[in-house]
Amino acid sequence: MNFDLSALRQQFPFFSAHPDWIYLDNAATLHKPQAVLDAMHQFYRNQNSNVHRSAHGLSQQATAAFEAARNTVAQFLNARYAHEIIWTSGTTAGFNQLVFGLMGPVLQAGDRVLISSMEHHANIVPWHIHAQPFGVQLDVVPLTAEHRFDLAAFTELLKLKPKVVSISHVSNALGHIQPINDIVRLAKAAGALVVLDGAQGIVWEKVDVQQLDVDFYLFSGHKLYGPTGIGVLYGKTQYLELLRPLLGGGEMIKTVSFSASSWNDLPYRLEAGTPNMAGAIGLAAAILWLQQQDLTAFQHHKTALLHRFYTGCQQISALELLSGPTTNAGIVALNLKNEHPADLAALLDQQKIAVRAGTHCAMPLFQALNVKGSVRFSFASYNSFDEIDRTLTALATAVELLAE
Amino acid sequence: MIRPDIFTETASALKNIYANHLPQLQQLKDWQSKYRILMTLGKALPAFDSEWHRDEFLVQGCESKAWLLHYQDPVTNQHFWAFDSDARIVKGLIILLLVQLNGLTTEELAHAKPELLLNELQLQQNISQSRSNGLLAVLNKIKNGVRSHC
Repeated sequence: MNFDLSALRQQFPFFSAHPDWIYLDNAATLHKPQAVLDAMHQFYRNQNSNVHRSAHGLSQQATAAFEAARNTVAQFLNARYAHEIIWTSGTTAGFNQLVFGLMGPVLQAGDRVLISSMEHHANIVPWHIHAQPFGVQLDVVPLTAEHRFDLAAFTELLKLKPKVVSISHVSNALGHIQPINDIVRLAKAAGALVVLDGAQGIVWEKVDVQQLDVDFYLFSGHKLYGPTGIGVLYGKTQYLELLRPLLGGGEMIKTVSFSASSWNDLPYRLEAGTPNMAGAIGLAAAILWLQQQDLTAFQHHKTALLHRFYTGCQQISALELLSGPTTNAGIVALNLKNEHPADLAALLDQQKIAVRAGTHCAMPLFQALNVKGSVRFSFASYNSFDEIDRTLTALATAVELLAE
Repeated sequence: MIRPDIFTETASALKNIYANHLPQLQQLKDWQSKYRILMTLGKALPAFDSEWHRDEFLVQGCESKAWLLHYQDPVTNQHFWAFDSDARIVKGLIILLLVQLNGLTTEELAHAKPELLLNELQLQQNISQSRSNGLLAVLNKIKNGVRSHC
């Protein structure tokens, strides 16, 4: 397959609506190809009815489309069963269900959970809310001097016998790709359940949950060219069955009386309420679209964009680069010496360069790095070398203005 | 302890900015020149004691940090502020609000429209709801602080 950037860009209507902007906030959310917009539009026009519950044929049609979307995700991840795909509203909601669900059946007072310094708040705060108050202790794998996952320290911390190890596949703030194969292997050898936060990782490389042997994997649709408000919590059947439902209500029950209720089977047990049907169909369309693209070519292109940008940044001596250029999924976090990231980002915004500034929902990481935050440039398949060059020019202008 | 001089010193610095820098800003058309001035406005303010960088003065909702001190003259009923921010652009923008609001009475503040100046300078996008730079949070804090004092 050839990689034709202009043909690719033409599939994203957003860019023709905003031709004067350069969008480098792709780690926050990706734009959507026409195929995804069409699938959702088509669902509402032709298939909309509530799934699973109504007696009529229209509902059956909607249910079939909805469950076909679940199958698409299951095949994409190479899950053993479709019921191992739990729809969520996104990675954050998935983590809240997962952590709440583990408390009791898996985690009890005195147990330990191991996360890393690079985690997004979605893999920190649910532990604070649902686990810490019940006596679960959170341990943290430190960073190496190169801001990488410290495997040696991880091996040491595994000696504390954590029940659960929960690590990001790719750091959302730095872009560093974590050594997930080693993490899963070592954690499982130590007897822990392994959770991977795939919010940034799923769009970078093919994930085969069986080959990886990971117990839980979470991601969001909107960071995979799909719509917002839909995400996936994958889990192995035997562990999903342990989870207590966070949300109770319709669809997730077998029987209800005023005194008690019994719960439905997987996956419905963990999907209370009318699901995001159009979202699921949009996500499946995004996956089908992605499967028609050359993922390896996407990777090479993003790496080439990253290197071009990185090399350009190295020519501006006052910039402090927090990300490294290797084993990086396409994110450069940087700061201008002695200046606030918000100022640098505001001057880029004036030049219509969309980036994110701040602590990127990873405040503990920036405490560990001892900086106020960073400006984050994140690249996607549809970005061009010309955009990188224009961004470097804009960055130089901003740096000059701040230096005066 | 808040040194009371900080309010009179800030007030005189703001008056100075209003008289000298504002006309300059109003004449400029290109964004670079405008931001160049905006980013230097903070230097004209009196030193803000790092001891006042306390959470109780911190304005929530800012990407960058802003600390706001308030004082109302019991005789004249005028409101005075002193502040600091760790980001230069936000600091300049807060100055552009305060050059209009500092020293007003509660009633005068209720009728003030500080966003008009930002519109005129074409900096109004900074005060929109969707911005995370915190300028709107600071403006709300200025208005709410006044309300809770009267």
